[in-house]
Amino acid sequence: MSETLLKLEGVHTHIGAYHILHGVDLKVAHGELTVLLGRNGAGKTTTLRTIMGLWKASAGTIQLEGREIQAMATPDVSRLGMAYVPENMGIFPDLTVRENMLLAARAAKREDQIDPKRLEWIFGLFPAMKKFWQHPAGLLSGGQKQMLAVARAVVEPRKLLLVDEPSKGLAPAIILNMIEAFRELKAADTTILLVEQNFNFARQLGDQVAVMDDGRVVHAGPMAELAEDEALQTRLLGLSLASHQ
Amino acid sequence: MTAPSTPAPGMDALPKVRKDFVPLFLIPAIALLALPFISPSTWLTLTFAGLAMGMILFILSSGLTLIFGLMDVLNFGHGVFISVGAFIATTIIGTAAGWSDSESLLRNLGIVLPAMLGAMALTALLGLIFERVIIRPVYGQPLKQIMITMGGMIVGQELIKVLWGPQAIPLLLPGGMRGSILLGEAAIEKYRVVAVVIGLAVFAAMMWVMTRTKLGLLIRAGVHDREMVESMGYRIRRLFIGVFVAGSALAGLGGVMWGLYQQSVVAEMGGAVNVLLFIVIIIGGLGSVGGCFLGSMLVGLVANYVGFLAPKVALFSNIGLMVIVLLWRPQGLYAVGKQ
Amino acid sequence: MISKFLLSGDTPRSKVLAALLVLIVLGLALTPFIFPGAKSLNVAAKICIFVVLVASFDLMLGYTGIFSFAHTMFFGIGAYGVAIALTHLPPKWGSVGIGVAGALAVSILLSLVVGLFSLRVKAMFFAMITLAVATAFQTLASQMSDITGGEDGLTFKVPELISPAFQLREQPFLGVTLDGRIIGFYLLLVAVVVLFLVMLRIVNSPFGRVLQAIRENAFRAEALGYRTVVYRTWTNVLSAVFATLAGCLLALWLRYNGPDTTLSFAIMMDILLMVVIGGMGTLYGSVVGATIFILAENYLQDLMKVGSTAFAKIPVLKDLVHPDRWLLWLGILFIVGIYKFPLGIVGKLRMRLKKAAA
Repeated sequence: MSETLLKLEGVHTHIGAYHILHGVDLKVAHGELTVLLGRNGAGKTTTLRTIMGLWKASAGTIQLEGREIQAMATPDVSRLGMAYVPENMGIFPDLTVRENMLLAARAAKREDQIDPKRLEWIFGLFPAMKKFWQHPAGLLSGGQKQMLAVARAVVEPRKLLLVDEPSKGLAPAIILNMIEAFRELKAADTTILLVEQNFNFARQLGDQVAVMDDGRVVHAGPMAELAEDEALQTRLLGLSLASHQ
Repeated sequence: MTAPSTPAPGMDALPKVRKDFVPLFLIPAIALLALPFISPSTWLTLTFAGLAMGMILFILSSGLTLIFGLMDVLNFGHGVFISVGAFIATTIIGTAAGWSDSESLLRNLGIVLPAMLGAMALTALLGLIFERVIIRPVYGQPLKQIMITMGGMIVGQELIKVLWGPQAIPLLLPGGMRGSILLGEAAIEKYRVVAVVIGLAVFAAMMWVMTRTKLGLLIRAGVHDREMVESMGYRIRRLFIGVFVAGSALAGLGGVMWGLYQQSVVAEMGGAVNVLLFIVIIIGGLGSVGGCFLGSMLVGLVANYVGFLAPKVALFSNIGLMVIVLLWRPQGLYAVGKQ
Repeated sequence: MISKFLLSGDTPRSKVLAALLVLIVLGLALTPFIFPGAKSLNVAAKICIFVVLVASFDLMLGYTGIFSFAHTMFFGIGAYGVAIALTHLPPKWGSVGIGVAGALAVSILLSLVVGLFSLRVKAMFFAMITLAVATAFQTLASQMSDITGGEDGLTFKVPELISPAFQLREQPFLGVTLDGRIIGFYLLLVAVVVLFLVMLRIVNSPFGRVLQAIRENAFRAEALGYRTVVYRTWTNVLSAVFATLAGCLLALWLRYNGPDTTLSFAIMMDILLMVVIGGMGTLYGSVVGATIFILAENYLQDLMKVGSTAFAKIPVLKDLVHPDRWLLWLGILFIVGIYKFPLGIVGKLRMRLKKAAA
């Protein structure tokens, strides 16, 4: 059994007067892809943002490799080895693809300081990156932007990837491409916490799954279990996999 | 933002690279608009005067626009750095008045350059203190920011009066920069040439930093999406302090040049030019250095043309320019889309 | 009964504050008798006028959360309205009426335009735009000399009842000659009290409560169905109206108006200092703040002169306490006030009561 990389215990988050997270308990195991499922407004994005320190947890603890990080500032959390791909992708439109990647490569001051093997691997995952290297990122299509966002997150080795709904709004062909990329990432021993609403997408990638509702995790366990139990799916997600083909 | 993308063919299509050149045409447009009303030689003089003034406005306001773009902080006390810079220059130049009066340009530079550098160094330090004491406690509270930065300006102005006295102090142009060069019938003041040279140098340096260094990348990215830059592991607070200090130093430099332009310095001079700076950065687009440069040129030109043709409405004409630009592009000429 | 009807239910809520306010009002009302002389009467009149000016600013900043640099512009419009009317028309109350009406019309129109055009934008933008407009107006006023008298301003005669030459009775009353100045002063005082009470009524009405809701959380207010732009525009207009009236009163009192009398940036700063020191969002704060500030402006300098002569031998120190630098100390007080006492004097006094009760 792989050890726990990230652990949330009793995490509450308030945004202004709104109490969004009501005691989230979550474990992300090393080397696995954990999917965070749930309806709109269940608190999935809030959970990711709280882990990153963009919103401060009002109670509870978040531990990365046993070290408490809930009170740390966002840049410091990131420097512990976390990468974040937000829902809106966070692309800098006025900067070129190259500049976006250079920014994401913290250790590199110039392009030639980015690990070339790593770049080659990324170009292998996302061929479009090579093609649009000098183009302003704002001109890319939605799917290309999503790829850039993920590419940025892995341009340097990271302990943990937090990805928020990467398949949203993407055409099926591109989603296939995405799934391939994530499979390769997993094979390269990257730990991923993935927020998704698309169960089909999630099912193909997830090792573990946690389902959220009303700011709490209401179910956690192996993905395979959930994938086979239609009654459980309907109860938790209001759908059955069979009809979602 | 995540529009459904087109399938495979769209994947390979190269996006067209569009550079937005349209606003740049405003400069010749305005210059040509004024031409029919003025004699050609006067037009040449005024145009050059406008460009020179624009350069100084750019130096004064470039820091202001980046500070706002990066941290949503509008420093209503920005004028204090301008005034302080000018006063420090008078003190430094006063130590070697002979060099300043001399006709030799070399001697002039020998005292004016240290004066500029000294002013920049001290206003940078002042900026550091100002950020710590006045601005840091009120991040994210716009109303308090407006009030407290204005308070900072008042205190600053009064302290200038304590240290240098309440009267205006003359800041005469160095001997080698007085007078004009004649181009046919047009008289172009030597100092204005100097201003244009310095302004272009500053602009070039800034653009180099913004496009060729990682620091510049950080600033450009931070102006667009601060959170994302932090999520990537960069401590944007430190970046902001750096930009604030640099902006204050530039304001100090601009203050020296503005003082020389007007040949006299007074404690309120920074506050007086504040309104014009706000107009410049609104026209240019908050957070954009290129926009700030363009806005400065336009405001400088308009101020000089209208100042000659109809002096009474000079300030109104710049407000009018701002309104027209905002009607065309509500976020300014080169808007930085904020996340 | 007094509190419900007169004060619209907005009582001082602090014994110290109530005592202070009573003291101020009595002091003002009895100025000709307790503090004889032209200077003290002028100081008292200025305090009265600024109470209205600052209270109307508090209506915008303290209650609605809008910062507008154009406040002095409306102050100036009021003053110039009366000044221009009395310069070109005979010094009768009818002329005054025309001046006031004209000024109000211009102010209402301008505040509507400024409000609708700029209130859709963020606070920073609005502040910058109003700064530009106010500065432009000031330049305009000093340059249109035919109408406004330019830099020199306009000097004019006021209606007979309040002109200095007028005398109500031959014999002095309680040691004070009842001339036009005194009558004018008391008319001013009554007008100011009425205007203040009207503003108190406005902020305590349902309208006023919506304003405070908008100040707290504009999104929420909008979500609850209140069109914030409409309310903010109304506040702009109301505030401008009161500022204009304050300007009219000032012109009538001074029998003079120029660009520096009402439009200067220094006056904007003074208003700001008064509202912060007194206490934002309280209206009573403007009374306290105006009194303290104007008294300091006129009498603190004498105090500082003492200090300055005492330190005459020490270079920088003597300049720091030089009476001309009184604004430095007020500025420092202002900054400290924003940090440590964001609620101002009134707020601090009221908190004491809450703490004692707790």
